[in-house]
Amino acid sequence: MVTNPLTKNIDMSRAPFSLTEYEAADGYQSIKNIAAGLNPGDVMQQVKDSGLKGRGGAGFPTGLKWSFVPQGENSAKQKYLVVNADEMEPGTFKDRLLMEGDPHLLIEGMIIAAYAIGASVGYIFLRGEYKVAEKALQKAINEAKERGFLGTNIAGTGFDLNIILHTSAGRYICGEETALLNALEGKRANPRAKPPFPQVSGLWGKPTIVNNVETICNLPGIMRYGIDWYHGLTKGKDHGTKLFGVSGRVKNPGCWEMPLGTPIRELLEGKAGGMQDGLSLRGFLPGGGSTDFMLPEHLDLLLDYDEIAKVGSRLATGTMIVLDDQTCPVGMIGNLMTFFSHESCGFCTPCRDGLPWVDAIFKELESGAGKEKDLQILHDHVDYMGPGKTFCALAPGATAPLGSGLKYFADDFKRHIDERCCPYNH
Amino acid sequence: MSEVGMSDNVNVIVSNAKRARKLTPEEIAEIEHEMELYPDKKAVGLEALKIIQKHQGWVSDESLLAIAKYLAIPVADLEGVATFFNLVYRQPVGKNVILFCNSVSCWITGCDKMKRHIGDRLGIDFGETTADNAFTLLPVPCLGDCDNAPVMMVGDDLHRRLDFEKIDEIIANYQKQD
Ligand SMILES: Cc1cc2nc3c(=O)[nH]c(=O)nc-3n(C[C@H](O)[C@H](O)[C@H](O)COP(=O)(O)O)c2cc1C
Ligand code: SF4
Ligand code: FES
Repeated sequence: MVTNPLTKNIDMSRAPFSLTEYEAADGYQSIKNIAAGLNPGDVMQQVKDSGLKGRGGAGFPTGLKWSFVPQGENSAKQKYLVVNADEMEPGTFKDRLLMEGDPHLLIEGMIIAAYAIGASVGYIFLRGEYKVAEKALQKAINEAKERGFLGTNIAGTGFDLNIILHTSAGRYICGEETALLNALEGKRANPRAKPPFPQVSGLWGKPTIVNNVETICNLPGIMRYGIDWYHGLTKGKDHGTKLFGVSGRVKNPGCWEMPLGTPIRELLEGKAGGMQDGLSLRGFLPGGGSTDFMLPEHLDLLLDYDEIAKVGSRLATGTMIVLDDQTCPVGMIGNLMTFFSHESCGFCTPCRDGLPWVDAIFKELESGAGKEKDLQILHDHVDYMGPGKTFCALAPGATAPLGSGLKYFADDFKRHIDERCCPYNH
Repeated sequence: MSEVGMSDNVNVIVSNAKRARKLTPEEIAEIEHEMELYPDKKAVGLEALKIIQKHQGWVSDESLLAIAKYLAIPVADLEGVATFFNLVYRQPVGKNVILFCNSVSCWITGCDKMKRHIGDRLGIDFGETTADNAFTLLPVPCLGDCDNAPVMMVGDDLHRRLDFEKIDEIIANYQKQD
């Protein structure tokens, strides 16, 4: 039984599988199933039943999202599938592994998704710096075209799909799905108002599904091995496996596929080997820079969406950033604030004005010029830029490490002010 | 498509009355190829900017005007796109662009020290180019390689687990190639 469907073909010490090799390893079965009469409604139902949740950050059920795409006679004929491969969330390095390691898995997943929703064009929105992934994906697309798995009348079924690789040019906000659509249309990448949701009116006003790379990479396994197998993978409540990463000053940083519901300790102490000698764990952001800090006391919680939410954080991308006891938490949060401030698209006031202010305060704290009242200003901004108060989730994402950091590391903030310098030796 | 580079009566509002330059046949061929992939010309704007940058090293006002004209899209819109993206260079850059990750995991693993070392070796700060035009140093957000932090890219190549010796070696290698 396959237990690692996302990474079973990945071995970074060699080139990724060619189409032939991928096919020999149980790949592109879905094309045969489609040729044998599997219909789009069945695919949609199977993905719904799988319980797959989006791996791009928000954890929205994939089958449910797809079901919002209008179908039938009167629906728009042109529909689009877009794969979000922008991966710019600080501390996140999972989609790169999938694209460099097994590009055909993503292509097959896209075929399955496009078939289910009725899309004849699929764009991969790839971050511009991912040059190795770009080459690997373009090669895979070309091979699939040659083999007749992409193009017109695939497997003689009348199903058409073209996949177009779009490389971006470095702006975090493009990862937000509606900003991404504007970017693809050649516009400035500001987010769009919702509703209308992209599923109904997305790319060039047509119904569009945006899914994360890892989400799409779950599909071939679900279709090939079935629901019972998929449901058997998890150790917790949410289904399937997930890529989990650990970065920071641990012994063995890396990215591994593990069942959802695995205890955090198994990831941090098992796979990542625990902290480097002489360091101890202070806290961690469980799923990238936009998540709330968690503490050593949370290590026995499970890597499950609901379980992490219970302590006020989010599983999000599943790539954990570890803070050790000799790294300044104020400096770490300040680094994130500089990032968010720089990447704000400037469209709405709380974020455009708030983040630079927050960033400036962190620079003062770092230089020893911080004042008592600055802490209140920081607290206020957690509220001003919180969920529901800005046009998109970038600013609320920034408040996650900020708000939780102010709470958990209050003493460190205070020492920066009292001692008029950073008490850590960097 | 032949009107590119001809003396024109459009775009007079732009950038100190600069003129569109003539796009090269290779640039045009590559832009034409992109145009087949999108339903309208506006969507090709970023791709066209990147194509020009690949050939010219950066995107001058004259190039920007030429692209806008070729795609028949408003210059201001294209300028808006060009300035929005970190990797579209609107100023000349050196032969090798160093994209230095200064995001959180690299920060935790000591990227500030690495950056100072590069600064000492090359005498440049972020946004600057060496006098011999060999290197430009730019900050870049998380390169998605955090388990190998600290990291940087030089051109298309990723360099991982940086330390002082590695940086010296990398710089020396690129200097040798010049
Ligand atoms: C500022 C911002 C950046 C984002 N960046 C990404 C990204 O790089 N990749 C991604 O898949 N989702 C990103 N998202 C989430 C997307 O908006 C969207 O929820 C996701 O692509 C949906 O895919 P999924 O349902 O498969 O998870 C980002 C969201 C925000 C607010
Ligand atoms: S929250 Fe920030 S990034 Fe999002 S729309 Fe507002 S200004 Fe732009
Ligand atoms: S933080 Fe530097 S590569 Fe991710």
